[in-house]
Amino acid sequence: MAARQREISVSEFFTKNRHLLGFDSPTKALLTTIKEAVDNSLDACEEAGILPSLEIAIQPVAESRFRVEVRDNGPGIVRAQIPKIFGKLLYGSKFHRLRQSRGQQGIGISAAGMYGQLTTGKPIVIESRTSRRKPAHRYELVIDTLRNQPVIKKDLEVEWDTAHGTRVTIELEGTYKKGRHGVETYLRQTALANPHVEIHFQGPGEEDVLVFRRASVHLPTEALEIQPHPYGVEVGLLLRMLKETQARRLNTFLQTEFSRIGPTLAQRIVDGAELQPKSSPKRITAEGAEKLVASIRQVRIPAPPTNCLSPIGEDRLLASLKEQIEADFYAAVSRSPAVYRGNPFQVEVALAYGGEQPADNLISLYRFANRVPLLYQQGGCALFKSVLSTNWKAYGLQQSRGALPSGPMILMAHVASVWVPFTSESKEAVAGYDEIIREMKLALQELGRKLSQHVKRAQRRRDADRKRAYIEQYIPHIGIALQDILGLSKKQEAEIVDTLTATLARSRKM
Amino acid sequence: MPSKKSSKPAASSVAKRIRAEASSIRTKILQRKTPSMKFPVRSLSNVIYRPKKGHFEIKGRKKERTLTVGTVKTFAQTLRMMAFSKELVETDDIATKREAYYVSKNWDDARFNEQPESDTVIDDVEALFGVNREQLGFIPEEKGGDVAGQLVVIDHDRETGESLRIDCTRFGSGAYSIPISVEQLKFETSAEFILAIETAGMFQRLVKHAYWRSANCILISLGGVPTRACRRFIRRLADDHHLPVYVFVDGDPYGYSNIYRTLKAGSGNAAHLNEFFCVPQARFLGVTPDDIEEYDLPTHPLKDVDVKRAKDALKNDPFIQHHRLWQEALQKQIRMGVRVEQQALAKHGLNFVIDEYLPRKMANKKAFLP
Repeated sequence: MAARQREISVSEFFTKNRHLLGFDSPTKALLTTIKEAVDNSLDACEEAGILPSLEIAIQPVAESRFRVEVRDNGPGIVRAQIPKIFGKLLYGSKFHRLRQSRGQQGIGISAAGMYGQLTTGKPIVIESRTSRRKPAHRYELVIDTLRNQPVIKKDLEVEWDTAHGTRVTIELEGTYKKGRHGVETYLRQTALANPHVEIHFQGPGEEDVLVFRRASVHLPTEALEIQPHPYGVEVGLLLRMLKETQARRLNTFLQTEFSRIGPTLAQRIVDGAELQPKSSPKRITAEGAEKLVASIRQVRIPAPPTNCLSPIGEDRLLASLKEQIEADFYAAVSRSPAVYRGNPFQVEVALAYGGEQPADNLISLYRFANRVPLLYQQGGCALFKSVLSTNWKAYGLQQSRGALPSGPMILMAHVASVWVPFTSESKEAVAGYDEIIREMKLALQELGRKLSQHVKRAQRRRDADRKRAYIEQYIPHIGIALQDILGLSKKQEAEIVDTLTATLARSRKM
Repeated sequence: MPSKKSSKPAASSVAKRIRAEASSIRTKILQRKTPSMKFPVRSLSNVIYRPKKGHFEIKGRKKERTLTVGTVKTFAQTLRMMAFSKELVETDDIATKREAYYVSKNWDDARFNEQPESDTVIDDVEALFGVNREQLGFIPEEKGGDVAGQLVVIDHDRETGESLRIDCTRFGSGAYSIPISVEQLKFETSAEFILAIETAGMFQRLVKHAYWRSANCILISLGGVPTRACRRFIRRLADDHHLPVYVFVDGDPYGYSNIYRTLKAGSGNAAHLNEFFCVPQARFLGVTPDDIEEYDLPTHPLKDVDVKRAKDALKNDPFIQHHRLWQEALQKQIRMGVRVEQQALAKHGLNFVIDEYLPRKMANKKAFLP
């Protein structure tokens, strides 16, 4: 009975939570699979200090069935790591170790593998080499739904042309679509937010080829792990931490499990909660935890450290936009780190204006959380709302009430945080915390001021051009009239027109 | 297009002056300077009233039109209009202002979109050279006015040059039309005065009942603000035969400060010509604000534009500012807040105007407004 129970739990968990995990439609399933594989590859490369190069291919196998391959130049995966990586579905996340990473975005590649397995019956294939001194291996694995474990079905030595790297192949049911929610859009935006990444993409059609070159050879600054800040803690979370801690005393618990708490602050918090500093954390009741939370709110605690954040940076945002978007004007703004509910976060915005971009349409807004593009649920996202409530008319763009501004522009909005607050488990829209919206609006206003300088300069230039065209339209008539009145020759007339044109061009003060 | 033999002595000199202006502009251009033209300002603010001479005289103020982005279109249009004028003068041809507007349609980008634009440019050129637009070859298309009564106009046949005697008593219920050019006309008359009338309706009534015979006068219908030809006709007639001129218009600010004032002292728009196109001997018969009370006339409330016009005249019109009586009349009208039409006299009977109003008025000419 118990075994049966567990078997159902895995597949049922998945089928029932498809929408939460990003597999609710065939289009989204394909996108999510690629997204999870790319997230994994980038996290692995960055952790190992390697500039990522990705090769992604989507091969049509049958009607609405695709083979997805994602190959990286990462450190490779040793056999022992495989269950950890591909069995994530059933492990709890490391909720009290806070670090900015992409991994927040989904439940992991294991969900993609399971989706493939459920829709096609094919195993997930991993080819990997960890070192020049070792051979490359090809693993075929399935998830044993009885024991919730990945099972390596095959392990073969294979040829591999580079020193290290990994290729993941998943076959799945899906639909390949272009446009706002398509794989290509996702890759384009990924390349924008990750200028240090190089991507080669081959879609199902022969012509579906994309290449994104590296716009920066600098890896992002390594984001450090931090402990949670007391201001962000809730009763449920606190109870769990109290239960799992190694600390024997309450005051030690506070000092070791949280950031910014020293002996004095720990004492004050414990006193405020009317508890004993020497009590065992495991013995604290729900009531006690509630008192602790209330006491924490009463104490002034310094803001959390911000070295846990790794923003893209203004220079790299600019480089990235210039690499990808033909435009007349580029600008970027990175704010200093700020804090919401004890969590450090940082917002960045950037834009590319003009060039061949259509001037009559609404601008394109690209949203990112920890460098990962957010393609769905724009309307419910705090980043979108911040853009909407900024007065773009003041910066030279058209804007209708309750709509994005219109103009030839791409706008990027990025929030980096150890814990990005999403509106739901699907992690597609950022929740509207006042602090985040405020920072975002300040960033957008600063960006807008830069934009308006350019727009106004361009406007002046256009005016000058129009004036010149206007003058040149009428000067010939002055020539004709003087020719008529004075009986001039063609040559004399031309002399008048040329001289006058030159004179007016010189006298224009612009 | 009608053509006429022009014997104006000014014709060749106008062509010369156009050449001279164009030549100086060309020189400026070739010296790599921005050319400019100086036009007298054509508005009431640039005229002074000369009570002794009886008309507006232009003050020296000029506006300089330098060739810049803002003026290049008008500048080009003005020059092309000058070229067209020179052609008219040299070929002894004429064009109405409307024809000139249509000719400009050949000028590509320099063409005029609406006739008022080309009229303004023609007026500018006229003022620039200080001549009458007829001397530039341009004629107005509007009619000059109608005449009936004790007058023989002596014109000549255009083909034969033979003298024509036009008896203005012999038009029955019709009238003689004042031609566009009146300089060649001669007059014979035994009339005692000229009565200038604003509306065609009132003119018809007086003609129908041959008021001119009983009062021994010449009736002239102005048809609104009198044209230059009409003003010149009245002026020449009155000068030649020492006739007083009495003016009979609607009792509103437009009748006073536009129709009457323009007839008597000229306009701000063509101030350099007022000397010829004014009738200083004109006196204002009616309808006055006082008449409204005295004759118990039916009225209409003053519109906002009427009040504005009256206040504007009080503030800016040098003629009104010179005559205290006119200021009082306008102020009284603003106070009363009403206006009255000539034909309101019909309230007391259709021929009240002939039997009562005009005789009573004529009996007390001293009371006429200046």
